[in-house]
This record gives sequence, structure tokens and C-alpha cells, in this order.
Amino acid sequence: MTKMICIVCPNGCHLEAEIVNGEAVVKGNKCIRGIAFAKEELTAPKRSLTTTVATVYKEMPVVSVRTKGELPKERVLDAMVVLNKIKLDKKYKVGEVIVSDILNTGIDIIVTTDMYKAIN
Amino acid sequence: MKYSAIVIGGGPAGLAAALSVDKDKSVLLIEREDKLGGILKQCIHDGFGLMRFNEKLSGPEYADRFITEVLSRSNIEVRMQNFVTDIKKVGDDFVITTTSKDGILSFIGHNLIFANGCRERTPRQVSIHGTRPVGLMTAGVAQNYVNLMGALPTTKCVILGSGDIGLIMARRLTLEGAKVVGVYEAKSTPSGLSRNIQQCLYDFDIPLYLSKTVTKVFGHKRVEKVEIMSVDDRMNPIAGTQEIVECDALIVSVGLIPENELAESLNIAMDNATKGPLVDQNMMTKLDNVYSVGNALHVHDLVDYVSEVSEIAGKNMDKLNKRELVNIEQKGMLYLVPQMLDIANLKETTAFYFRSCKDMEKAVLRLEINGIEVFKKKYSNLKPPEMEKIHIPISANKADKITFILEDR
Repeated sequence: MTKMICIVCPNGCHLEAEIVNGEAVVKGNKCIRGIAFAKEELTAPKRSLTTTVATVYKEMPVVSVRTKGELPKERVLDAMVVLNKIKLDKKYKVGEVIVSDILNTGIDIIVTTDMYKAIN
Repeated sequence: MKYSAIVIGGGPAGLAAALSVDKDKSVLLIEREDKLGGILKQCIHDGFGLMRFNEKLSGPEYADRFITEVLSRSNIEVRMQNFVTDIKKVGDDFVITTTSKDGILSFIGHNLIFANGCRERTPRQVSIHGTRPVGLMTAGVAQNYVNLMGALPTTKCVILGSGDIGLIMARRLTLEGAKVVGVYEAKSTPSGLSRNIQQCLYDFDIPLYLSKTVTKVFGHKRVEKVEIMSVDDRMNPIAGTQEIVECDALIVSVGLIPENELAESLNIAMDNATKGPLVDQNMMTKLDNVYSVGNALHVHDLVDYVSEVSEIAGKNMDKLNKRELVNIEQKGMLYLVPQMLDIANLKETTAFYFRSCKDMEKAVLRLEINGIEVFKKKYSNLKPPEMEKIHIPISANKADKITFILEDR
């Protein structure tokens, strides 16, 4: 059994899980989402990434961005390398894509602060 | 001109409160910074809005939904970069004085909503020996540097306190290339949510040290190292356990305190447990037409609740009968909000928010009126960092003694 903390919701259930015949056997979960989380965590863990990218605007040197969906956990630091090379030279609204399909993961990177409202 | 309501603070509480006032009433929203959104502007991590929007949003996205709506409302006037310096009650109204780019201004409002949030406890409010050089900062200040200014304030740091902001910053600084030596917590259990321990610390192999604290800071111009000591169960350092950790920053995440100097200037009665004003179920303080909402009222753990509580204030404004307040007593809780029941304005159910005063595996909440139990609910796994909310059908008379009791079962 592997011990883990479920990160799906703020309850943070302490789980013990293992894969038996391709299915997750989970203890400690308060809801059904814990089973799906444990299975994914044991086979192909995923994480969302929230960070900032640089802009050319001095009123807003960086703007917040996030993954729309989740990356394979082991690609998170690789995605940071890609995002740290970016410098936005135009304004974006909340939800607009700045990088599509980052690292061929199928996941887009979207802006999370409205640059039009923040920059005069 | 006289406003129906003046809202102080343009963060999540103030935005929700302003929006919840009827559209035919004039609202003035006063914000001291040059942007709306409050602390959500720098909370770029996700997990906001799960309850309200059933989506996992970042802080700025959550705020943007409210800001867009506020800016589209013709009844709401927003004044940014206005800092409130004085509030006076004049007859049935309130006169607010602010300093601004346009000089000293004053505004008159009939209702007043305090939505001015909370402040972080600073390194100076924690007993640590040694110097106070550059590199000593709160987690919120570090967050502002990294997420809004795009600057990295440390290359190698120690984080004191395991509150959620500290955990979030441990991950954030690591992602940006800084080394987080460890998170040190004087208590024997972490203060932050378990999921943040997992996704912010364990995911990045950042150690969490319990029952250990920072006892001394070294360095003149810049933090050079800190001394760490183990503490006993009364949080007193244990002699002989000193260890030295080299770092260029000490980041403290040791609690939030509601900001209430303005409310106190009106002699509004405060609650020692919440550090915010005493309120009734409509979030009105003991002073008629003065409301307190969001983290100025008490520190919330989820912004979704902040929005919800703030809307209660606006929705009921100018629609209430003359109030009749009855005090609510509680036993076994860290605190309970509201602390007063306005029996002249009761609805079918009343919402109560509380925190247990200790970890309770199996608990029962009982409501007694004049010693007779009228309501009971069982709970499992109550923890002080996690606020509970409950709707209760309650009615009472002026002379009744209302008591909530939270106990083990």
C-alpha cells in the first residue's frame, strides 16, 4: 500500500492505495473522487501549474498564467523552462491562450489576469 | 451627494458586498491600491471558486468575474487610490475622509460596509532574537515580489510557519529557482491544509519540520543564517537543540489578523476571539447600518465563503425592521459568527460559521435555548483551520439565553 494525500478538494483525505489487477484499491477516501485520484497518482500522476510570464509593460512586469487542465507531474519543471523564456508584447484577456499544446502534452497555457484592466 | 452605501475595501469581500446592494441604490467602493481585487491579485495559485463556480480558478480569475460585473454597474462608483483616514457618525449618516491624488476628500453615506480585510502578523510580532536585516519578510510580501513584480527575493530561504500561504510560497519560490531549505512549524501539527502539504512540499521534496522554530536571526545588511531550536509541547525552546541554517531570507507565515482600526474608531464592540466586530446574522455590527464582512470580520479559509458572507450584508440593507439583539453564547469553539441574533429580522433558517478549538474526531454541536436542547448535529474530523458552516432554523425571544455547545461524543 502506498500512502498519499488526496489533492482533489480541501478535505485532503489521507489515502492508502495499491493497484490490484489494474484497479485501484483505496482506503481512507471520503468520496468517489479519491479512487480516481489514487489510481492516477499511482499510474500517471498529474498536476496543474500556475506561474507568471514576463511582459514588455512596465506597469505589469509579469502576468499570471496557468495550465488549462493538468500536466503529467514530471513535465511541470520542463514547462517552467518554456514559460520562463516568454516575454509577452501584447495584451491578453483572462482565458486567452499564450502557448497551445505545451511540450506536446495537449495542454494549453492561459492568462489569468486581465491585462487590459491592469494596464492603462 | 449622499450614497446609500459606502464600501471600504475593493477585495473579494468589498466587490461582493457592492454587487449585492440593490441596483437602484448608489454605492461608493473605496480602494487604497490602484487596482481592484485585493490579495487575490497575487494569489495566482488555483483552487478558488470550487464551491461557488464549481471550477478550479486562480485568485485573479476569481476576482476578475466580480470586477467585470462591478465595472458594468451604473450604481457603483469606484474610487481607487483613496486611503480612508477618518470616519465620523453625523446624525443618521457617516462621513468618510480619504487622502487621494485629488487631495483630501470627504463622502457621505447612509450605510457603511467594512470590507478592509486582514493583515499578516509580521516578523516583529513573533519573538525571535537577533537582527532584523533585509531578507526578513512575510509570505505575502514574498508573494507580491514574485507574482506581481516578477522579482525573486531570495536564492535560499527558511520558511517559518506552516500556514497555507507559507506552503504555497515554498512551491512558488522553488518553481522560480530558489532553494527552500525547509518549512519549520513550532506546533506539533501543520496549520495548512493537508493537500497543500502534499502538492507544495512533498511534490518538491521540501522538508517539513514540526515542533521546531526559528530562535535567532544573524546578519547585518542581509540575512546570513538563522538558528533553529526544537520546542516542547508548550512551545518553549529546548536547551541544547540549536542548529544553524545558512540562508539569505527568512519568510514568516505565522497568521493573519483582521484590520479594524477604522471600525474601532467608531467604538464598535469587538470579539476577542475573531479580532473582528461582533455582528448579527446580517453581518451588522452593534452600530446600526454598519456592517463588517470578509476577513475584517474573521479570517476565512475559503474565498467562496468571503463572497457569500459579504452578499448577506448588501442584500438586506435598508430592508430590516428595528433590530432586537440577543447575545449568543458558545462553549467548545474557537469562535462562532454571528455572535448576536437579531430576533426582529429572522428568516426560516440562520447561517452560522464556527471553528472548533481543537482537533475533534467525533463531535456533536448542540443548540440550547434556556437550557433546553432545540437542535443537534453530529460532526466527524473537525479541525480549527477548517471553518464549518451550518443553517439552523432558530427563533428566540428577547429574554432567552441562546447557547451553542460543541463537545466530543
